[in-house]
Amino acid sequence: MEKTIKTDVLIIGAGAVGCAIARELSRYRLRVLVVDKNEDVGGDASKSNSAIIHTGYDAKPGTLESELVVAANPMYDKIAKELDVPFARIGGILPAFNEEQFSQLGALREKAFLNRVYDVDYLTASELLKIEPNLNPKVMGGLYIPRESIIDPFLLVVGYAENACQNGASFLLGTRVTAIHTRDGQVTGASTTGGEIEAKYIVNAAGLYCDEVAAMVGKADYCVNPRKGQFFILDRNTSCKVNHIVLPIPTKITKGKLMCPTIHGNMLVGPTAEDLEDKLDHSTTAEGLDSVARDVANLIPGVRLSDTITQYCGLRPNKVPEGVCVDVYDNLRNYVNISGVRSTGLTASASLGRHVVRKLMEIGLKAERNENYDPVRKGIRLLRDMDAAEKAAAAAKDPRYGRVICRCETVSEAEIIQAIHSPIPARSVDAVKRRLRAGMGRCQGGFCAPRIIGILSRELGVPESAIQKNQPGSYMVVGKSIDGEAK
Amino acid sequence: MNEHNLICDVAVVGAGPAGLAAAAAAKKQGAGRVLVIERDALPGGILLQCIHPGFGLTYFKEELTGPEYAHRFVKAAKEAGVEFLTDATVLEIGDKHLRVLGPSCGLLDIQAGAIVLAMGCRERTRGNIRTPGTRPAGVYTAGAGQRLVNRQNLMIGKKIVILGSGDIGMIMARRLTLQGAKVEAVVELLPYLAGLTRNRVQCLDDFNIPLLLSHTVAEIRGHQRVEAVKIVQVDDKRQPVPGTERVIECDTLLLSVGLIPENELTRAAGIAIDKVTSGPSVNQYMQTSLPSVFACGNVVHVNDLVDNVSRESEQAGRSAALFAAGKLPETKEIACAPGTGIRYVVPQRIALDGTDADLTLYFRVTAPGGASELTAAQSGKVLTSRKVRRVSPGEMEHLNLKNSVLTEGNLTVSIAAEEGK
Repeated sequence: MEKTIKTDVLIIGAGAVGCAIARELSRYRLRVLVVDKNEDVGGDASKSNSAIIHTGYDAKPGTLESELVVAANPMYDKIAKELDVPFARIGGILPAFNEEQFSQLGALREKAFLNRVYDVDYLTASELLKIEPNLNPKVMGGLYIPRESIIDPFLLVVGYAENACQNGASFLLGTRVTAIHTRDGQVTGASTTGGEIEAKYIVNAAGLYCDEVAAMVGKADYCVNPRKGQFFILDRNTSCKVNHIVLPIPTKITKGKLMCPTIHGNMLVGPTAEDLEDKLDHSTTAEGLDSVARDVANLIPGVRLSDTITQYCGLRPNKVPEGVCVDVYDNLRNYVNISGVRSTGLTASASLGRHVVRKLMEIGLKAERNENYDPVRKGIRLLRDMDAAEKAAAAAKDPRYGRVICRCETVSEAEIIQAIHSPIPARSVDAVKRRLRAGMGRCQGGFCAPRIIGILSRELGVPESAIQKNQPGSYMVVGKSIDGEAK
Repeated sequence: MNEHNLICDVAVVGAGPAGLAAAAAAKKQGAGRVLVIERDALPGGILLQCIHPGFGLTYFKEELTGPEYAHRFVKAAKEAGVEFLTDATVLEIGDKHLRVLGPSCGLLDIQAGAIVLAMGCRERTRGNIRTPGTRPAGVYTAGAGQRLVNRQNLMIGKKIVILGSGDIGMIMARRLTLQGAKVEAVVELLPYLAGLTRNRVQCLDDFNIPLLLSHTVAEIRGHQRVEAVKIVQVDDKRQPVPGTERVIECDTLLLSVGLIPENELTRAAGIAIDKVTSGPSVNQYMQTSLPSVFACGNVVHVNDLVDNVSRESEQAGRSAALFAAGKLPETKEIACAPGTGIRYVVPQRIALDGTDADLTLYFRVTAPGGASELTAAQSGKVLTSRKVRRVSPGEMEHLNLKNSVLTEGNLTVSIAAEEGK
């Protein structure tokens, strides 16, 4: 029989929200445990989205979502610095290309005011074309939203998680919660595929699956359907680029398809918005990709989708009825249920973490400050960020910094080894990719994946056939070849 | 300019077939110190994973495996006095300057009288060809699969579908079959074979592997690992034909859908790139738009046969040695451009050096055809021509002429079908 794990707070879900809550709780002297069914932090929606830190200018005024997103945006300068996460305030623009769109600009700016986003400005067509020369020249004018920003979404979640970890929080990954136990109007713990957990408080931060977790305690008065978004990522060598987050004027149905730089200099184009029922449907479709190609050409006519290096699909949780909720219950006194977090969730994680901790305290969580809390998480020092002198020094100190494994993104063996042995270890090919970008460049792992399989196998002390792309079952090779067996 | 840790006459980037041939030729041309920088632990490049025979038929008049072919050039280069810096990556190049990083050499700034670029190419990916579906494990480019199977002795899957009838794909079909896998089909978008006919016979026909022309993979299925692919027939506009969809169960999809010259160092150095080949524009000396930088092999344009790469690279090596010694003539250049029915020509420029040196123009046609005449003409005047029985975009063509017959004005290469045939 496995030993029961005892914790003060159990967080279900290691996406951006769950990891941000863990970090906030690690500021106190508490036992904090995060459980996730996935093998790595980063959840589902948190790792496949548009990587934008929103201002909340277009949120529904007066909602919790508006409050959280508007509050979160200014927090990212400090968070990005503390957690060593690439982040840039590049600004967003909303160009209008016809009379109907042009006539909506006033209402959009008024909505921004209602959301307490006061720094949205009108720009003329010539001002827009000056700052964004590849914009469709039919532009009539538009809005400028200066604090719309871009971030590395993988490293934000890894940053939250590793900082929580270094301040005492624990993570149990690859572990699915199968039941939540209650007694006398309180939760007492959970059964998982990794054993029993006793918890004084439980937080449901399961994102796309928050309805299924809520159902375990009879609190699922809503359901969550996935809304699929398909994206293109273009080579950073593409000739037609944009400098800002270029957003279409939203319609009643969708916010539409945007084009923006990623924090690493690629171009991102998308997403679609397709309502689904299958939470496992991570497939791109010819129709979806074609619709992205068609729509973005209205914004940026010169966009070169032939420079695509990959396409991906993200599922954003679409709650019915909609609305971000952080619920506590009179008849389930030590349980917090988060629901309705959607495409703005990556942004909202910063403020939602604090909001949830406050809720926990309101329902009785006693927490003393952790005097040793250190908000700084040092990321892996990246070869590509070093100047010549630092490269020379790094390779002299650790020769593996001199061995470039991923040529497209200039990632060395030393960085890969550090990622494999980091506080939240990278144990799969994709986990290495998300932390370092090895395999995320223009050859998409054609050259480095075979070598990374070898490094993972060596560092983890397992055969190559045990190395997964991502989740269990996503094996990279089936075993030795006949020739290999003979040797 | 930085202080240099190392000075050489000719620095060669890459120890694949192009770099090896260039280095040996530079040395034989009289260059003092010739240094080849290679990121792999061993020289040989992609040839090291090409363990099948078929190399050297024209260069050595005998049939060799890839490693054997590479070994001959490594031996020749070492005997000629070429130095090798392996397990080291070139981070940047410029005019007579390279920056190199390696675990044993650390960060090196190298001064070179001339540089030869021989980085080869990379493979087109699933993203490049926009194949929809899930993103499971088990989707490999043919070269990545070949490295895993042939150099790391690992088996990539058991039931395999190959998209693309490029040479590596067909060779991998045979290799995987011999290693116990079942290759369900080779699927080709075009109505004709992308690679060499001899590979279809020896790698597919001899093993009863079906080749499905005018078909493509419309969807990849499987959550964790590939579980199946949906294939569909395409019409002459490469659009799916409704009703022809078929699902093939498999655990691996191997992509052999083309190669792209790997020119990131070249681009970063501001060297002019030909939009069609994606390689640097060169003259007959294999000299790029930056005069101290030369280029050869697949980094310039994707070749079918390594034998051609070796010959072209020897030219680059000789020229680089001459340039380093200040002996390469600087003369007026004319453009050498593709005309009717031709996709590209290498070299893109010809220096009018007035010698009676042989010039070889390498080019590819845009579409397959029967009996045709290939011509190179200047101002409407045909300077050289050759008749061929059939042409295919998958097989490189060439024409020879003397530099001395050229005058000023564009040289244009064209193809015309022979009438009545």
